[in-house]
This record gives sequence, C-alpha cells and structure tokens, in this order.
Amino acid sequence: MRDLTERALDTAAHLGAAYADVRVVRRQEESISVKSGRLEGVASGESEGFGVRVLVDGAWGFASSHRLDLGEAERVAGLAARIARASATALRHRVALDDRPPARGSYTTPAEEDPFAIPLERKIGDLLAADRVAGAVEGVTFTESSYGAQREWKTFAATDGSFTEQEITHLGAAVEANAIEGDEHQRRSYPDAGGGWGAGGYEFIRGLDLLGNAGPRAEEAVALLTAPQCPAGRTTVILDPSQLYNQVHESCGHPTELDRVFGTEASYAGTSFLTTDKLDEGFRYGSDLVTIVADATSAGGMGTFGWDDEGVAAQAVPLVKDGIFVGYQTSRETAPRIGRGSGGAMRADGWNRIPLIRMTNINLQPVGGMSLDEIVADTDDGLLLTTNRSWSIDDRRLNFQFATEVAYEVKGGRMGRLFKNPTYTGITYEFWRACDAIGDASSYVMLGTPNCGKGEPSQGAHVGHGVSGARFRDVQVGVGKW
Amino acid sequence: MSRLADGDATSERSAAALALAEDVVARALAAGASEAETLVTTEDAALTRFANSEIHQNVAETNIGVNLRFCVGRRIAVVTTGRADDDGLRALVERAAASARSVEELEDWGGLPGPDGSHRADAPTIGYADATAEASPEFRAAGVRAVIAAADAVGVLAYGAFSTSREGMAVANSKGVRATHERTTSQLLTVHMSPDGGTGYAEVAATDATTIDAAAIGREAAAKARATEHPVSLAAGDYPVVLEEYAVLDITDMLGYLGFSALAVQEGRSFAEPGKRIGSELISVVDDGADPAGLPMAFDFEGVPKERVVLVENGVCRDVVYDTQTAARDGRTSTGHGLPAPNPYGPFPLNMLMDAGLTPRDELIGGLDRGLLVTRFHYTNPVHPKLAIVTGMTRDGTFLVEGGKIVGPVRNLRFTQSYLDALARVTAVGRERRTLRGFLGGSVVPALRIDAWTFTGATEH
Repeated sequence: MRDLTERALDTAAHLGAAYADVRVVRRQEESISVKSGRLEGVASGESEGFGVRVLVDGAWGFASSHRLDLGEAERVAGLAARIARASATALRHRVALDDRPPARGSYTTPAEEDPFAIPLERKIGDLLAADRVAGAVEGVTFTESSYGAQREWKTFAATDGSFTEQEITHLGAAVEANAIEGDEHQRRSYPDAGGGWGAGGYEFIRGLDLLGNAGPRAEEAVALLTAPQCPAGRTTVILDPSQLYNQVHESCGHPTELDRVFGTEASYAGTSFLTTDKLDEGFRYGSDLVTIVADATSAGGMGTFGWDDEGVAAQAVPLVKDGIFVGYQTSRETAPRIGRGSGGAMRADGWNRIPLIRMTNINLQPVGGMSLDEIVADTDDGLLLTTNRSWSIDDRRLNFQFATEVAYEVKGGRMGRLFKNPTYTGITYEFWRACDAIGDASSYVMLGTPNCGKGEPSQGAHVGHGVSGARFRDVQVGVGKW
Repeated sequence: MSRLADGDATSERSAAALALAEDVVARALAAGASEAETLVTTEDAALTRFANSEIHQNVAETNIGVNLRFCVGRRIAVVTTGRADDDGLRALVERAAASARSVEELEDWGGLPGPDGSHRADAPTIGYADATAEASPEFRAAGVRAVIAAADAVGVLAYGAFSTSREGMAVANSKGVRATHERTTSQLLTVHMSPDGGTGYAEVAATDATTIDAAAIGREAAAKARATEHPVSLAAGDYPVVLEEYAVLDITDMLGYLGFSALAVQEGRSFAEPGKRIGSELISVVDDGADPAGLPMAFDFEGVPKERVVLVENGVCRDVVYDTQTAARDGRTSTGHGLPAPNPYGPFPLNMLMDAGLTPRDELIGGLDRGLLVTRFHYTNPVHPKLAIVTGMTRDGTFLVEGGKIVGPVRNLRFTQSYLDALARVTAVGRERRTLRGFLGGSVVPALRIDAWTFTGATEH
C-alpha cells in the first residue's frame, strides 16, 4: 500500500503540489432485508480504490480510481494536478491550511463479535424471528425489517509525512410494522425508522432486543389506525431520544458546520444562521440547560475514529455551552479563518469523494436531576413524541418541521391516549431557548444515522448523537390540514 | 448541436463491459447457479463546484461495479464488487454461492427476465454525446467562469456546480438477455446571492454539455438574486401559486417515489389506482426512457427495455411501473423500471415527462389576482405518504403577485400540502418545459398555476 501512496504523493509533488494527500479505502458491506416474514434480499459488497487530493497554485484538485496500481496512481495524481490548475482559473483566495503535527498510528473500532464472522443464517434468523412477531399481530398489513453492516479499512498518507491506518465497523437493524386502512397508513418502527445504528460488533444488534420490542410496536401501529388526530395548538412537548437526536442533527449539527457558514454548501443544502458574528457576540442558542459537544471520541458513536480524513486527531469540540453558542465543526482550511485549529471533522464517503466537514458525534449533554420518565411525571399537560417520521428545515436551518410516528398524551404526569400523525414546528433558537428539562445520565443513549446527505457529488455519512430526552415549552403542534 | 456517439469508443467499452458480464454469468453457472444475472456499471464522472464566485471543489472519478444475482432455485443472493480482476471475480462468485446456500427460498420468485421480441441487444446510443464524455476540467472551468461573470455583472456572488459524466451499463443473464448502453449527462446549477439578502436559482440538465448556455443560466440566477432583495413577511395561509419548473420537478419526483411504483400499489401504500382521477384534466405524465427531451435510458438494471408508461392521462391515473418481480406477482411483464438487485424499494419511474400546456409564462402569472410565484422548493419530505402530504420550504425566489403583476419578494414560507390536491387544482400549464435532474432521474416539466397552496409557516429570510 505504501508503494501506491508514495507514488501518488511523489507524482503530485513533482507536478507542483504544495500539499497532497491520498486515501486508499476498502469497504465491505452486508445487508439483509425481510418483508412480511420472508426473506426479501441478501446482499454483500466490497469496493476499493484511492483518491488523491492536491493543492496546486493555491487551488484544490481531486481525482480517484478503482484501479490500485502504480501506473494508475501516477495518472490519477496527474489528473488531480490538472484539475487543480483548472480550479486556479477561477480563484479569488488561495487556500491556506492550519498546522498540525503529522498523523501516525492506527485505530480499530472496539468490537466483541465480528459481524462479518457471524454466520449469515444466524443473522437472517434473528431478523426473521423479530419480523414474524410483528407480523403476527392482528391488523398489521405488512412488516419490513432490515440489517446492515459496513467495515472500512482506510489508509491515509500526506506529503507532510502523515500515515495512518484505520478499521471502522458500523452496523444496525430495525423492525417495522405497517398498518393500512383506506387512506390511513400508520407505521411503528423499532428502534428507529431506518434502523438503530452504532459502532461495534454484533453484540450491538443483540443489545437492541428486536424480538422483545417487535410485538408492542406492531400493536401500536394497529392502534394508531383508530387513534384520534393529534390536536393542533401550542403546548409542551417532550422528545424522547428517538426524535430528539433528529432535532439535534438538523438544528444544531448542520448549522454548526463551518463550511456551510462560509457558503461552500450554499447551492445544495444551504448555509447557516449561525454566522461568525454570532460566535463573537456569544449568541444565545438555547436555555442554560443546553450544552452540545461534537465528540469524535464517544464510545459506540458512528462519528468516532482515530483521525479524520485530513489526519487530524479525534477530539471533543464544544458547540454550545450553557446555552451560549461557542464553537463550530471545522477543517484545516476553515478553522484558521476564525483563528482556531481544526476540530477534526473532515470525512469522506469512500475513496471516490473528497472529505467535507461532517458531524462526528453531536451530543446533547445530560443534565442531572430528572430521568426521562421523571420529566414525564413532572409534566402536567403535553405530548411525548416518539420516533421520527418526517423532517424538513430551511436552507439556513431556522424554520423546522418534524413529524413523529406517534404522540402520547401526557396529563398530570401520566401517559395517556395515543394520537396519530403528530407534527411540530418552530424556529431553531426559539425552540432550544424553550428547553426547560433534559434527561439525566440514566436516560442517555448513543444513537445516530447512517444516511446524512451532503455535498455534490452527493455523499452519505454515518454520524452519532448522544441524547437523553428533553422537554420544550410552548411549541406549535399539529401543522397542516388533516 | 448534439453529436452522437463516437461509435468506436462506445462500442469498444460496451463490448468489454458485456464480455465481463457474460464471463461472470458463466462463472456463476459453473459454480452451481441455476440462474444468474450480472450487471456491470462503469463511470467516468467529474464535477466542478463553486462558491463565493470561485472554484472550491473540483473532482473526478473512474469507477466500476459488478453486481451478480446468483440463484439456486428460489434461493437468491446478490453480491457486488468493485474489483474486476480475476481474483476479485473469483471471490465474488464464491461469496455469492455461499450466500445463496444460506438463505431461505423466496416463495413468489418470478425468475430472471428473458429476452422478448422488443429486446435490443444493440441498444441505440440515445442519450450519448462525445462532448460530454470527453469534457475536460478546463471546459467545466470555462462554464463556471461564465456563470461567475454574470454574477459579477450585477454585483452578486455565484454558488453552484457543473458536472459531466459518462455512464456505461451492461447486463447479461443466463436466460439470454444481453444489453449494453452508454449515456452521458451534464448538469449546471447555480444559486446567486446578493449582499442585500437576495438569492436566485437557475439550472439545466442535458445529454450534451456543449448545449448548455452557462452565461444564460448565470444571468437568470443573477436577475432573480437582485429581484429578491429586501423581502417582506407574508402571513401563512392558502394562496394561489405559480410554481416554476424547478418546483414542479419536486411534485413529479415525490409522486413517482410515493405512488407510481407497482410495489407501492401491491403493499397498499400507494395513492395510484388505474382509472382513479388524481389531477386536473390539464395534467398528463408519462415515463419514457426513449424521449430525447429527457435524459434517456434504453433499458433498466435488469436489462429489460424501457416501455413508455402513461402514468396520468388528463388527470386520470392509468398505470404504474413494474420490474420483473412485481410484474410476476401481478401476472404482467416488466415495463423496464427495475433497479439494481436486491431492491426492497421496488421499481421507480426514472424518466418522467409532464405534458406542456398552452399558457405562456407571462400569462401564468397574469392569471393570479393575488398569489405567489415560487421558484423552487427546499428539503421536502412526506408527512403522510398515502395522501402525498409533503412539507418543505420555498427558496431562492418567492414573490407576491397582485393583479397579475409581480409586486415584490417575500420571505421564504413553509408549506404542508397534499401534492395530489395540488394537481387536482391546476388551472393552467406552462407552454415551455425544462429538462431537469431530480432525485428520481431526469424529468421534463412545465410550470403550473394552482388555485390554492397551503403555507403553514415562515422563516426569517
């Protein structure tokens, strides 16, 4: 491997690159899908290739190929340099990178049971068993369950002498029950729509207890068909972790990406309301209870690694402290523009994509005092919203609207009726300022999503979110005509 | 003018891809498969991205994928690899054979498709242009500079991307399907942003990148960026709207995703039902992979030639699209809309075209007493899939119209709206159409006037 990385870097340097890095990535994937108690599909895949990123004449160029040989390394490095020179014909500011020590070492995701070594029959059996429990509930129209695992071997080398090797394993699973009657289609998922995902081994899947949760979720899906529509109005909402992590993702994770703030995602996903003047002024993002950290060292998180894809070591970066906006997720190029060093947030979706600022683990810190159950018991009148169903937020990350699979009425500290089709909407900073309770460490869980989209060409990222549930006052619920 | 394919180059690549597909099928049969299918995809893609009126990301990739569907009776496994050398292919087949032995039978497996009378082994090179396949970094940079120059001319900044790609596809299976196709696509999009808070959008997609007028795209976005400065707030509520083509694209894509798929119908989660009225008489939508107005595809990922499928005719739902498996369940034949296996999502229409109407753009707006002109939507997502209720934001050009005239820009609004209800309330269809690339592929759509659209919130810009 060193032969290839050295040939690529030497070629880039010979062609005038002031800096170059190369990543060689091999990815192994496996997926199982089950529908209505029968196996629908089994797939396994592998891909490998390398990408070369160069800085020539102050401009970036990147090229990549699936062919891992020395001749191709030369061709691709040469193409990257040519692309960089084309970039330089439309350049207004030369790229400058922060200093960091050369990165050296290796990292492997801690795992007890290698998911790729578990016999396929066993994994299929585990999934089918849970799916069939959900499908056995009377009134369920169809069930859908899934399992997925991904392992990436990643070698990074740069002209500054950096050389790291990482092996990162993520996996997830879900069971989903659907109940349909007329125009009403209700769904309950466990642990999450799209799957509960994390970093680790097959012990993570066993820990989900799909079998034990499939039945109760399926019963709720059927019950929702005859449940009343979630009433509209302003009320107190409690978000459990399966919805709260999406709220953190969209309304804190994305707006604190510094590349968005500088406009480099403007034409696709948009920009951010958290402009750099708000960092300087100490903008109040949320209530005093709200502390949020981008932590690439969190156990079990899908944003956990040894080094990012620029060779910056994993670290914890405060974003919001006691409600005040204090920091961004950054890269070696963006961080110096606010007078800081890189926070190590650059990751690429495989060998054929450039690294972008991507969320690591964006964690809402637990607050001592009440567990999530105790927050419910402490609430006179409101709704507990569970499991994301739909999400949308504007191009500066201010106006959001979410739908969840279910709302539970909360009266006098007790959970009551189910409501169907709940939605809620708000403005990011008004919402977080209205947060008056966050669950304690006993309710804290590490969740995440394997499909955070960003960039052109599009890239998916696996990101983590540690959350414990939280309560928000005076929130608009029940949006639209039903 | 679009130049068609350089016959030698494309046929050489196509022959190599097909030979690779045939080789893998033969290896699979030798390893015990009762049926086998190989899909080979190749890609040379590049994208030049710009922000703050300078190029900040500029990338290229050369890629290959080999997808093997290995069947032992009704036991089916799918394996993929990016390694097309002998070791890689041998490992691929070994993995496939092992997986197929481990899985349960798929009870209603309909078998792989066979070649039928309409099968085209020598698919014509529709949707291919040498100029796009050979586009250089310098070509894309020149296009970007033209967009930036249009922004500079009115004192705004340009953000966007200019992409060019060549994609090859070859399918071979043990029933005799042999299909190869190369296509090219190019897309230029830009958001222009003014120092006074205005933003404007323009986009075009084409088979031939040299047909794209980058300066014109730049001017369109620049004019809108200036026109949207200093927007005013507007209360949420129901308003008549004119949706530009960029917004209409989201309606066709979302309805294609939620309902015009045979699997969605079979699972009871679709709104689609042949004979059911789902839109105004002014609305007709087809899926046609051969229409050169779109971004053509000759066949699907199972090697089945793409049929022209009428989805909506004068407001009435006529049909949905099928792949081989969903067709077998309904006793039909595939319409050529399969995705790469395994595919739990079912078939999708990837080449939708909405019929143009008779109304010039000015008259679309002229017909609004009081309403909104919407350029595009942002971050849309279904809230209630079966009713096609969708939420999202307006973006990059939302204007109040009074007495048939544009009065001025308004701050972006959130909507929560059934796209089916919207189609039912279409009162005019634009005479011109645009070719655009959405999340379901290439589409051709006109602008629409709709007599009510439900806005449910507003933002600060």
